[in-house]
Formats: sequence, C-alpha cells, structure tokens
Amino acid sequence: MNAPVHVDPQTDAYDTPLDQIDVSNPRLYQQDTYFPYFERLRREDPVHYRKDGMYGSFWSITKFKDIMHVETHPEIYSSDAKLGGITITDRPMQYRRSSFISMDPPRHDEQRKVVSPIVAPANLNNMSSIIRERTCKVLDGLPRNETFDWVEHVSIELTTLMLSTLFDFPIEDRRKLTFWSDCATADVNAGGIVNSEDKRLEILREALAAFTGLWHERAARPGGYDLISMLAHGEATRNLVNDPMEYLGNLTLLIVGGNDTTRNSMSGGLAALCQHPAEYQKLRDNPALIPSMVPEIIRWVSPIIHMRRTAKADAEIAGKRIREGDKVVMWYVSGNRDEDSIDRPNEFIIDRARPRHHLSFGFGVHRCVGNRLAELQLTILWEEVMKRFPRIELMDEPKRIYSNFIHGISEMKVRIPG
Amino acid sequence: MPTVTYIEYNGTEHRIEVPVGKTVMQGAIDNNVPGIDADCGGECACATCHVYVDAAWLDKTGLPAPGSQEASMLSFAAVTQPDSRLSCQITVTPDLDGLVVRMPEGQH
Ligand code: HEM
Ligand code: FES
Repeated sequence: MNAPVHVDPQTDAYDTPLDQIDVSNPRLYQQDTYFPYFERLRREDPVHYRKDGMYGSFWSITKFKDIMHVETHPEIYSSDAKLGGITITDRPMQYRRSSFISMDPPRHDEQRKVVSPIVAPANLNNMSSIIRERTCKVLDGLPRNETFDWVEHVSIELTTLMLSTLFDFPIEDRRKLTFWSDCATADVNAGGIVNSEDKRLEILREALAAFTGLWHERAARPGGYDLISMLAHGEATRNLVNDPMEYLGNLTLLIVGGNDTTRNSMSGGLAALCQHPAEYQKLRDNPALIPSMVPEIIRWVSPIIHMRRTAKADAEIAGKRIREGDKVVMWYVSGNRDEDSIDRPNEFIIDRARPRHHLSFGFGVHRCVGNRLAELQLTILWEEVMKRFPRIELMDEPKRIYSNFIHGISEMKVRIPG
Repeated sequence: MPTVTYIEYNGTEHRIEVPVGKTVMQGAIDNNVPGIDADCGGECACATCHVYVDAAWLDKTGLPAPGSQEASMLSFAAVTQPDSRLSCQITVTPDLDGLVVRMPEGQH
C-alpha cells in the first residue's frame, strides 16, 4: 500500500488485502493514483473500515448516495471541532480552531446566516463586473509563445484578488492571504515551512493580528458589504473578536474556503481540457457551453478530497454498524465517480444533462456557502479566456501537492501559442 | 393531470401538467422550466429549488415544520420570504391542481 512509484496502482489496488487498503495516504493524491483503490472499494466494500491507518481508524464512505445520507444527518454525523471536526487528521485539542464549518446546528445555523448574504444573487451581480475587470487585466498580461506557470500567474492571482475583494483587504498585501491559506491547510508532514502545529499557529497569529485591526476599523463605522464588516455587525457574531481562536477559525474558513478550492479548479479545469482534446474542441465550437462546463470541471477536479464527521450515536450505513465516536470520512473524489449516481462518471463531458449533480460542494446544512461565487469566477475566467486564447497548451504534467484533504496543483507549465 | 404554473423572476409564466405523486421541483426539471436548479436532485439538501407559494395556495401546501430539515435548509437560501418553500418537498396531489409558484431572483 505504501507502494513505491513503479508499482502499478491498478495491480496494487487489487492485490492489497481489503482491510489493508488505506485511502488516507496523501501520496495517492500527490501521484494521482487513487482511482483504482476507490473503484475497488465502491465495488467490494463501499462502507469500508480501516483500522490503524496512517490517520488512525476510520470509516470510508465511497458511494454517492451514502455520502448524501451522512451529509443530511448532522444529528448523528457531527462536524463539531471538539469531537474531531471535518478533516481526517485528529489535531491535538489545543490546536483545534472552531468555526461554523466545524459546528453543528443550531450554533452553526446562526453563524452561517451572517455570512451567506455576501454571496446572495444581488451581491453576486455587483461583484461580477469587478471580477471580470480583474480577470481581463490578468489575462491581458500573460506572455505569448513562452512557457509559464498557470498556477502562479492565473489561478493564484485571480483567487487572491477575489479574496481581497471579499474581505476588503489591502490589495497590495494580497499575497499574504494566499500564504496564510496555504499555511492553514499544509500537512505538517509535507516538508514545507509549516512543519509543526506550533509553527502553523505562529503564522496564523500574524493573520489574526492583521484581521483584528481590520475588525476594529470596520466595527467603528456603519456596516459594509465585506465579510469583516458583516461579522463585526452581525447579531450572532459581533463579539467574535473577543474569542480570538474562534475568530481565527472563521477567518481561516473563509480564506481557505474561497482560495484553494477555486484556485485548483482554475488549474484543474485547464488540465482537463488539454487532456480531453475533443471536449476542448467542443468548447471552441460553442463557448455557450461554459455554464455547463464549469460545474463539470468542479466535479472532475473535486477540489476537496474528503470531509469528515464523527458519529454521535450508534448508527448503520449500507448494513455496516457504525459506533458512537467512530470517524466517518466522506470521499468526494470517489462519490463523484460513482456510476450508480452519475452517468459515465469517468468521462469529462462539458455538456452533461445535470452537471450540478456532484458532491464537490457537499450537501445539507454545510453545503458550500460560496458555490455560486466559485462558479461565477470560473465562468468569467473561461468566457474571457475563450475570447482571447482559442488554444492553450499543457507543457508538462501538473505537479500535485501532498495532501488527502486539498486536491491541489502546485505548478502547471503551459504555453499560449501565437 | 394537475396543472402547476411556474412564474420566472422576469415574469415569464409556464403552465405545466405535473402527474400526481411527482414533486413541484420534478415538474419543473422534467419540462426544462428555468429558475429551479435542484442540485441535490430532491434530497432536501441544497436549497436550490426554492419557490414562493402564491398566497391563495399556502393553506394547501402548508409551510415547513419548524426544526425540520426543509426549514433548516431554507434558512440558508438567499432572499427567503414567509411564503418560501423548497419545491422538492411539495408533492403534487389532485388538490393542488392550479397551484401557482414564483421563482426567486437566483438559486444559491
Ligand atoms: C470550487 C470551489 C469550492 C469548492 C469545491 C468548495 C467546497 C466546499 C465544501 C466541500 C464544503 C463543506 C461541505 C460539507 O461539509 O458538507 C464547503 C463549505 C464552505 N465553503 Fe466552499 N468551496 C468552494 C468555494 C468557496 C468559496 C469561493 C467560498 C467563499 C465565500 C467558500 C466558503 C465556504 C464556507 C464558508 C463553507 C462552510 C459552510 C458551512 O459549514 O455551513 N467556498 N465548501
Ligand atoms: S432539490 Fe435540493 S433541496 Fe430541493
């Protein structure tokens, strides 16, 4: 299972004893070799228990409909940070930051209601012109006939600009947001600068200090439509600043929520088109397909690999007995390839009949707040790309990150001919 | 077959025959009525099938029970009103022949 690179994943997936399969191994996502393991689990053991895996003992939920079941029963399957939160990694108690994504109803509902108006339809309309303006500027500055990193020059730049808009964060400091986002999600074993939970906290305290300043500034003036003003003036959140760990948790949620996911969809979407030339041609012939292509990209990329819950009571999923306290992991990457719920799931098809029927945004009370905003950003990106560049070439395999949570591309060399 | 009238945000009306037992959401999706997205396919898990029920019909459709999954999901939808429902949770009955629902500005 901790297979060296030369082992064929297809063979390894079927040779490994079922109870030894460990889909939590971040290498599988870094090397893009996870598919056959999930294919086998969906067929042979769709609700699979791995005892003492790399990230402890946990249930893997691999089928679309079982994931939907877990998502829609928050009274059993809790997101509460104190029980373990929403990722497979069990952080030591003192490092657990709480935010509404890792809360259960009713507190979750109260806090979520404060931030959701920012992405309401009317506000999205207001935002679309500024998103378009910024997108055009970034695209117009790209080099021609020269190999460059799409992640750095397009995906990171655009999502970071968007984040500074959402927070009304000083635009010249915007790369700090990217840095904090990366630090918040880095796997401490990945070999990066966040090599311990203490180091992570140290960096995030810088973020907290900056945002505490912004909070006081915004609280002192009438409510605006940026996220900090909304929190500072919202009924359920206006004392949040007095609970720094919870404020930090909510900030991290909003930064990470709107950053990595959209960034990786921008990179992964271009990769998918380049790897599926017939679909790319369909798009060139008919750019009106963009609104249905965008949700298909989000399904295909599955920017969040999994979400985790903890059972608050004994329960049953597809005949398996789940016990109170068990860790239950919903593998979106697998549910999004489940042929019982999605037609031809292993094909990238930009004109599907029901493209939004995918798990990438989750479902139920925690369903992604920013889902229509993310789609809007991607739609604008592709509209403007197709107006300018009918063809972009992938020069090398995308480089992926070591993580079993964020499905990330760290580098992607491309070239715009002409 | 009962008829349901769907009115888009821009005022366009669609009169659709919906078989008894189907939901108001399915009636829209099966007939390509724009304005209802239904991302979750009727599991009461996405709130993108949000509609406003015409005042004359509220008695018959009722409102979501407080504390129900529908009420919870609706509370996150944009631009809700006291007459808001999730259309995947309204099953068409002979009683609802003539039902009128309106679509919000956007689903989200
Ligand atoms: C393609 C882009 C995105 C993807 C794939 C994505 C994915 C997700 C997922 C899987 C969840 C958790 C669902 C669950 O636990 O059931 C979530 C929640 C959330 N997302 Fe996103 N997201 C994206 C973009 C955004 C953006 C742009 C924002 C910024 C506004 C955002 C903000 C949030 C927040 C605040 C939550 C917590 C919701 C809650 O717990 O009630 N996301 N997202
Ligand atoms: S279709 Fe998802 S809630 Fe009605």
